[in-house]
Amino acid sequence: MPEIALRAGALEKRFGGLRAVSEVSLDVRIGEIHAVIGPNGAGKSTLINLLSGDLPVTSGTITIGDHDVTRLGPDRRGLAGVGRSYQKTTIFPQSTVFENVRLAAQARSQKPLRMFTHALADDSVNLHARGALQKVGLEHRADAVAGFMSHGEQRQLEIAMVLATDPVIILLDEPLAGMGQSEALGVIQVIRSLKDGRAVLLVEHDMDAVFALADRLTVMADGRVIGSGAPEEVRNDPAVRAAYLGHGDH
Amino acid sequence: MANPMKQKVLPLLLVALAAALPFLAPTYYVQFSTRVFLLGLLAMSLNLVVGFGGLVSMCHAAFFGLAGYALALASPQSGPASLWLTLPLAVGVAALAALAIGGLSLRTRGIYFIMVTLAFGEMLFFLFHDTQIAGGSDGAYIYFKPEVAIAGVPLIDLENPRTFYWVALGLLVVFVMLLKALTNSAFGHALVAARNNERRARSLGFPIFRIRLTAFVISGALAGIAGYFAAAQYGFVAPQLLGWHLSATILVMVVLGGMRTVTGPLIGAVVLLGLEEVLKALTEHWKLIEGLIVIAIVLVLPGGVQDLADRVFGSATRRVDEPRSRPEKPAVPPGEPAAATREVEHA
Repeated sequence: MPEIALRAGALEKRFGGLRAVSEVSLDVRIGEIHAVIGPNGAGKSTLINLLSGDLPVTSGTITIGDHDVTRLGPDRRGLAGVGRSYQKTTIFPQSTVFENVRLAAQARSQKPLRMFTHALADDSVNLHARGALQKVGLEHRADAVAGFMSHGEQRQLEIAMVLATDPVIILLDEPLAGMGQSEALGVIQVIRSLKDGRAVLLVEHDMDAVFALADRLTVMADGRVIGSGAPEEVRNDPAVRAAYLGHGDH
Repeated sequence: MANPMKQKVLPLLLVALAAALPFLAPTYYVQFSTRVFLLGLLAMSLNLVVGFGGLVSMCHAAFFGLAGYALALASPQSGPASLWLTLPLAVGVAALAALAIGGLSLRTRGIYFIMVTLAFGEMLFFLFHDTQIAGGSDGAYIYFKPEVAIAGVPLIDLENPRTFYWVALGLLVVFVMLLKALTNSAFGHALVAARNNERRARSLGFPIFRIRLTAFVISGALAGIAGYFAAAQYGFVAPQLLGWHLSATILVMVVLGGMRTVTGPLIGAVVLLGLEEVLKALTEHWKLIEGLIVIAIVLVLPGGVQDLADRVFGSATRRVDEPRSRPEKPAVPPGEPAAATREVEHA
């Protein structure tokens, strides 16, 4: 079995009386795309926010490798190896594509907050940023202003930024949402390449994309895990079919 | 593209011209220019947090005033205080106050940050206004300008208005160089990143609070340097030095001059105080006309007076992070990331 990059144990998140996520445990392994699916309101986005530290957990544990990160905020968790994309593309729209990726590389460099040395003079950071742009196929857009690019390109940029931070695990929250077919195909290609040496957790509504990409599938409904396993097993699980993929009695 | 010749030659020319002023103008204008420079220093310090950090602080006069009070309280009645002792003291006091106020108020965002800093500024104002510290609401005199001497040998005579002017000009050059280096550094880029999209900056691994607090303290300390020399120049401190009125005035300088560059606020200070000076001589109702002109400038030049300079001189002054090109419509409106951050907090 490949190495576990991220392990969530009995996660619970309550908003007042509402249990958005309850008793969710899952492992995401290096070299694997682990997709989380479920109907709207199943708690998928909340789960991603718990894993990234954007939301604090009510109870449960999250470990990256051997490192317990349950109590860390999103910045410390980022340094521990978690990279994420948001449902709504989250980049620095006023800056150039290169500056976006460069900032990501800077965050993970030896001295990310150095004063009085020109930020653009750090060759290793620049090189790293160029490399990340190349991986997603945006190197020709390096000088474009991020906010003026197409939605698909902004998505690619966000992934490049995540890559530039050298993450162990990448969390993708509906990376294909609002995307045209041809744009989506490009991004699917990029996502497939991400699992090389890393773990990927993918939340996505587009079932074709999920079955094309996922090595492992977890199905959520009402904040709980109702099924987990290889995509084919899950697809044929009657409980899952009843809850999500269609009606079991058909 | 910016012309490198213009970028280097123009500032040198301006500094040389400014250095020659005491030989050309009467003492009154030399002193007036000194005052403009010192408030320009204050506005530039403020802009580190307002323009680059995206944090509208309404208490920067407090750091300015505290440093002035530190000089007043540390100066003996009978002779000059030593600059070597009182300047670090004054800057230290301002920096400590910034650390305390920033440490508490940077936990809030947006309008709440403005309100909390305003409240802290007013607390300090009333601390000096309502107690008998340094003369209470009447203020206190500083009878002698600080002495700059090594082993008893005076180096610079601050009692001489010309010399004081050159010191202020020197500070100006140092501030501009320092702030440019700082905003161009990795730290400066991270500060701007946190302004542009806090959520993304944090998720990349930047410690947002620490970055902002550091900027706030540096800004407060620089405001303290300005306040120290301003108190020395006026020879007098009063609670008004710490009040929100001055905080708001320097904020106007920042907006007027342009908050996306290091030197913009300095231009704002020159324009605002120059305007006041000219209008005062012309009419009794100068405040009304000043207000109208400020509104007109903000309407016509949303990027500040610096924009006008850019148009006239090409882009002699480069913007820090914003590209010059202006295509029709941005796919993501600039205000949106902040709204997105709020969503998560309430999610």
